[in-house]
This record gives sequence, structure tokens and C-alpha cells, in this order.
Amino acid sequence: MAIDILMPALSPTMEEGTLAKWLVKEGDSVRSGDILAEIETDKATMEFEAVDEGVIGKLLIAEGSEGVRVNTPIAILLEDGESADDIGTAPAPAPEATADAGKAAAPAGGSNAPATPIPAAPDPTPDWPEGTPMVQQTVREALRDAMAEEMAADDSVFIMGEEVGEYQGAYKVSQGLLDRFGSKRVIDTPITEHGFAGIATGAAFGGLRPIVEFMTFNFAMQAIDQIINSAAKTLYMSGGQMGAPMVFRGPNGAAARVAAQHSQDYAAWYMQIPGLKVAMPYCASDAKGLLKSAIRDPNPVIFLENEILYGRSFDVPQLDDYTVPFGKARIWREGSDVTIVSFGIGMQYALEAADRLAEDGISAEVIDLRTLRPMDTDTIIRSVMKTNRCVTVEEGWPQGSVGSYISSVIMRDAFDYLDAPVLTCTGKDVPMPYAANLERLALITTDEVIAAVKQVTYR
Amino acid sequence: MAARRATKKPAVSADELKTYYRDMLLIRRFEEKAGQLYGMGLIGGFCHLYIGQEAVVVGLEAAAEEGDKRITSYRDHGHMLACGMDPNGVMAELTGRIGGYSKGKGGSMHMFSKEKDFYGGHGIVGAQVPLGAGLAFSDKYKGTDRVTFTYFGDGAANQGQVYETFNMAALWDLPVIFVIENNQYAMGTAQQRSTSTKDIYHRGEAFGIPGEMVDGMDVLAVRDAGQRAVAHCRKGKGPYILEVKTYRYRGHSMSDPAKYRTREEVQKVREEKDAIDHVRDLLIDGGHATEDDLKAIDKEIKQIVNASADFAKDSPEPPLDALWTDIYA
Repeated sequence: MAIDILMPALSPTMEEGTLAKWLVKEGDSVRSGDILAEIETDKATMEFEAVDEGVIGKLLIAEGSEGVRVNTPIAILLEDGESADDIGTAPAPAPEATADAGKAAAPAGGSNAPATPIPAAPDPTPDWPEGTPMVQQTVREALRDAMAEEMAADDSVFIMGEEVGEYQGAYKVSQGLLDRFGSKRVIDTPITEHGFAGIATGAAFGGLRPIVEFMTFNFAMQAIDQIINSAAKTLYMSGGQMGAPMVFRGPNGAAARVAAQHSQDYAAWYMQIPGLKVAMPYCASDAKGLLKSAIRDPNPVIFLENEILYGRSFDVPQLDDYTVPFGKARIWREGSDVTIVSFGIGMQYALEAADRLAEDGISAEVIDLRTLRPMDTDTIIRSVMKTNRCVTVEEGWPQGSVGSYISSVIMRDAFDYLDAPVLTCTGKDVPMPYAANLERLALITTDEVIAAVKQVTYR
Repeated sequence: MAARRATKKPAVSADELKTYYRDMLLIRRFEEKAGQLYGMGLIGGFCHLYIGQEAVVVGLEAAAEEGDKRITSYRDHGHMLACGMDPNGVMAELTGRIGGYSKGKGGSMHMFSKEKDFYGGHGIVGAQVPLGAGLAFSDKYKGTDRVTFTYFGDGAANQGQVYETFNMAALWDLPVIFVIENNQYAMGTAQQRSTSTKDIYHRGEAFGIPGEMVDGMDVLAVRDAGQRAVAHCRKGKGPYILEVKTYRYRGHSMSDPAKYRTREEVQKVREEKDAIDHVRDLLIDGGHATEDDLKAIDKEIKQIVNASADFAKDSPEPPLDALWTDIYA
């Protein structure tokens, strides 16, 4: 049967074009790959090739014609045994049944996120059973123990990064792991973040469970394409066939006096990415329990630690297998006048502020989010419904901060409960300066949190 | 290329030749059909055709064994067909339908098959190179002797992460075959305008990685080189580089008018070096097949390709709730 040759779309945006020139005439035999015509698109002049073999029966559109719509028949190709005389009698081909295929079906509802109903009651399960014996541990030791326990439990878990092995960790987090697990599973890499982040992601595709240590998250900027485009998106892009069960961890945020390139909080950056989970613990028990959960998680997890917190000691429950679930905030102290929401090292300012505010008779409820994606917004909303005020605390920059997201969620879900605007306490909107006095000024302080609370409580 | 063909009688059976002919023809006809569906608006976005380069993947798949892995860039349709993925599933992914390998959520550049050890389909130039080395790392870690074919182009060969990966692959003796598909143009930039060295595989020498240049328009030469590379990697000797000189007949993507080279240049390669014509000549001249035999293969391929197009048009679009699935495992 004669074949209609249709005006082709030759770019992602082309809807019509100019048939600039025919390079064949009626009666010519063509093979697939032969150039039939030159077509001007919205971008360029393109050569249009034949797909099927046959004889050009009729040219339907004259050369030089402008505004020819995509999918308009422009010529008729005759197959073996057909003649041009058959053209008139051949049944017209049915219009493409799938002409609407390119149109996306209208999205259901106008919202870009599932509707959020009244928040569920927070999970009342305590992090550990009453009476559990506790031991004092630094955050550094807790992180090491988490990795050691998970490596002992699962042979497919390994750690790679700069100085994680023989040097025992640039910040001594991986201390002792090389002796215990050997160089097959504790792998010193060259200084090549982009490369080893990609290799680890490939290893995760291949069925292993890598822990990638970045000496600091500042250096993960070199690797962020692999983290986001490869690790976070592959499960979706593959229709669920394969993903990257792995952890990217290391110190994040400002240390002390290391200036602009080594002092940056990436919480808000990674929190934005669907496909990633993001944990940012404050205390040692959460560092341990969350890292164990992160290593077991079948998704890529960004695990943001803090150099200043590494040496702090906290109580850690003495349990054989202590884990903390993702998406469950911790209420550090209950209060009735204001909700202070923070995470990571921000908790230090939040807790200090709450102590001092109590002396002034202001009762602050302090929530540690622990994980930013998933984020336990239910606990925030329930608290704000009680206190009617909220202040967020973080070290990162103000524009596009974690706090600004929390603020938008509160406006959406608890607007009628608010007695004051939500205030976000953040680092200053500047690169981190080196000078000691300026650095102090750039960082968030307890005094600023207290001032914000007094502002929203009208004191 | 008559001279090339006359030099020696190739060590290959009639059945093997017919298989290569069939597999290469499937890719070409499939890609032509994809181009046609793109023209009709059934395929959208970016679509990078493999026409001209068929001998590269068909030759290397002939050197691969069960359990070997492969990973490539966004010019990936040929790799998928060559490793045995279903043309229906590939074409339906191109049209963004539920019957596609990624349920319509990946498109031309992002398809995967765990079953066939095909690990994508990656859209960021060069990013698949460390990923491929990581797949090889996983095999070495598990103690298997499987290898990973990691394909990238002459354009990607200028990305820094390629050399970061060469370093670690050599340092750790990873069983990875770096296949540089040198089609001589990084989008619109000819190799001599983008690349300081004439032969890219020489760059491996700086890392102690052996390599060789291969005629990518000769499927038998590609297969033989692939076998050498596979043997090297399986023995635990570390990575190997194959720079396979090939040529893409079409533009970089569907919207590339390819004004950076002459029509005569393209035509000359098609007429003198075409990989499918080469095998066709070997089959006919060697008395391994008649014109009728080949016509029968052509017909079979046409049916497969037409069926894939029908499947890809008939398969429904993904349900709307698929927007929210497969984000987390």
C-alpha cells in the first residue's frame, strides 16, 4: 500500500516548518537513508531522510512552502508493484490513532504535593526502653561504632574515602576500622571526590552498600553531579529497577577559622533532592542510631556530621542494635510559649536559648528534626498548634534555608494557629570570613535565638 | 574498503556472520524507525541515534559472556538491542509509555535492565565512566571474574572524571573495559579541535592501562579486540582501553543539522566503510548466504521493528500515580 511521507518534527520544539527543497522528484527510487528534502525548522535547515524503500509517487507539497504543520503528508511513496495511478484509489490512511500521545493528561488536582491533613499523632515510642543502661560516648565514637556494627553484620558494607584507613580518618571517625575489617573493606582513595563518588555509586548499582566518607562536605561539591544525577535519580529513571543503597557522610558546616571555602552548611541543598534522604544528627545516640539506619536504608543517604560536635560526649543507650528511624523528630524539652525547631549543631543554640529563656519565664519547646528528608513536619505542626509561635535555628544561609521551608509548611498547615510570624535564625548572608571577630558575627548565636523568641512572644 | 576485505579470510563461521548481520541490521532499522516516530511527534525531547556505529556494540557483545555488565551514555539504543533487551520495551520507552523499560519515566537517555546487566543510559557526559568502574569494583569485591564494558565517546574523553577513574581502576586492578566510541565528533566539535592527542587510548599509558585502536566499522576486528580485552580483565590484570574508531551518520541528536561536516564526508563513509555492507559482502562473497537468505533476514527485522513501533504506539501512557512512585525504595 502506498505510504504517506509526513512532515517531520526535527527538534523538540518544532510544530511547523518550511519545505525548503525537494532532493527527489516523482518517479525516483529511494532507499532508506536517502535524503528526500531539506526542511527548515525553528532552529536550522535539516536534511530529511527516507525510512522506507520505494518509488516517489507524488510530491504533495511544493518546495518553498512555509508553515507546513508537522505530520502533514508531503509526498506519497509507492511500494513494489504499485503505480502512481493507484494513488487516487488507495484508501486514505487512518489518522494517527496516537495523535494525542504527546499531550500529557491533565494532572489530577492543582496541588503539586499530596494534600496534608491534620498531622498524625507523633510516634510516642521512646528511642530506647526505660531503664536501658547508658554509656557516655563522643559523637565520633558513636559514628565509628555504628559503622563497625553494620560492617560486622553485612559483608556488602564497606567504607571508602580519603585517609579513612591507614591514617585512621582525617577526623578519626574511622579509627580502628582498617585493623578490624582489612583493606578490602576500608579503602583509602586518592584525592578524587568526583571519581570515587561515582565509583561508589556504581558499586551500589552492582549490589554493594558503600559508605563514602567526604573529608568534609565542602569537597563533595566536586562530586555533587554523581550524588544527585546518578545516585538520587536512578531508581526513578529506571522505573524502580535499580537504585543506590549507600551513605555519603562527613563533616558539614563551619568548623573554626577555616574561612569561606571550608565553612558551609549543605543541609538546605541536599534536602531539596527527591531520591535522597538527609540526616543531620546533633547528639551521639542519634549519630549512632541514625547512621545504622542510613547504612541499612535501600536509598542514598546524605549524612551531615559536624566537626565541632565530634568531640562532644552524650549518653548513648547500651543496646546490641540501637537504631533511630528516619522521619521522627525528637522533642528535647517540652514547652508552652514557643516552638524552637533545629537540627545538627543548631540544637546547641536552641537548647542554650531555651535554658536562658526559662530563667526569664518563657517556656520553649525544642524540637530536633534529626532527619531533614523525610522531615517530621507533623511534630512541628502539633507543637505550633500548642505554642502558636515558632523560631527555626540553623547555621546555613537565609535564602532558601531549611527554616524558610518549615515556615511555609507552618503557614500552609497551621496558619490560623499562629500568633506571630515564624522567624528563621540563620547564618548571615555572607561567605564565611576568616577574622575571628567577623566569623563570630557571621555565625548564628544563642543571643540571636533569644532575641527572635522574644520578638515572637512580644516580650 | 575492498582492500580491507581482501587481506585475509576471517576466522568466523557463517552462522556468526549472519548473527552479526542480523544484530546490526536490527539496530539500524530500529533507529531509522525511531527517527521516523520522532518526526511524527511520538518521541520527544532528545533522541540520539546510533546509525553508523552498529559494529561497535555488536562486535563487543560477541566477546561478552553471561553476567558481564555494560553501561553507556545517552546514545544507548544500540547497546540495549545488542545485549538482548526487547525492542518493544525500548521503543515504548522512547514513546514514554508504561510498556517501556523504565515505565516511561526515563526516555531515550535513561533505560536499564537488571536482567540483561545493562546499567543505563546516562545523560551527563562522562558520568557513566566512574559508574562503570564501580560496577567492576562490585564484581571484584564479590570475587567473580565478570567484566564491565564501560562505553563513552571521544567527547566524554575530555571530562576530568574519566582520568580520575583511569587512576583508580589501574590502582585497584578493576575488571573494566573502557570502550571509547570515537565517532570523531563531540556533538559539533571535531576531534582535532577538542583533543590534544590524536589517539585517545594513548592517554591510558600515563596510568599503566594497556589499550589499542580498533576499526569500528569492522565487526570482526571489534570482536577480536573485545576478546583480547575481556581475557585481560578476566585474568585479574586490571582495566583495558579499546578506542574504537567509528562514525555516526546522523546528527548528534534529532535537532542537529550537522553543518560541521560535509555531506560528501558522510556519504563517503556510508559508501566505502559501512559496517553492515561489509558483513553483507563477506556473507555473499564467501558463499555463506544468498541474496534471498539476506532478504529473509531483512524481512524478519522489518517485522520486529514494525511490531516494536506498534507496541510503542499502543502501550498506554503511565498512570498518573506513577509520578509519585520509584522515588524511594
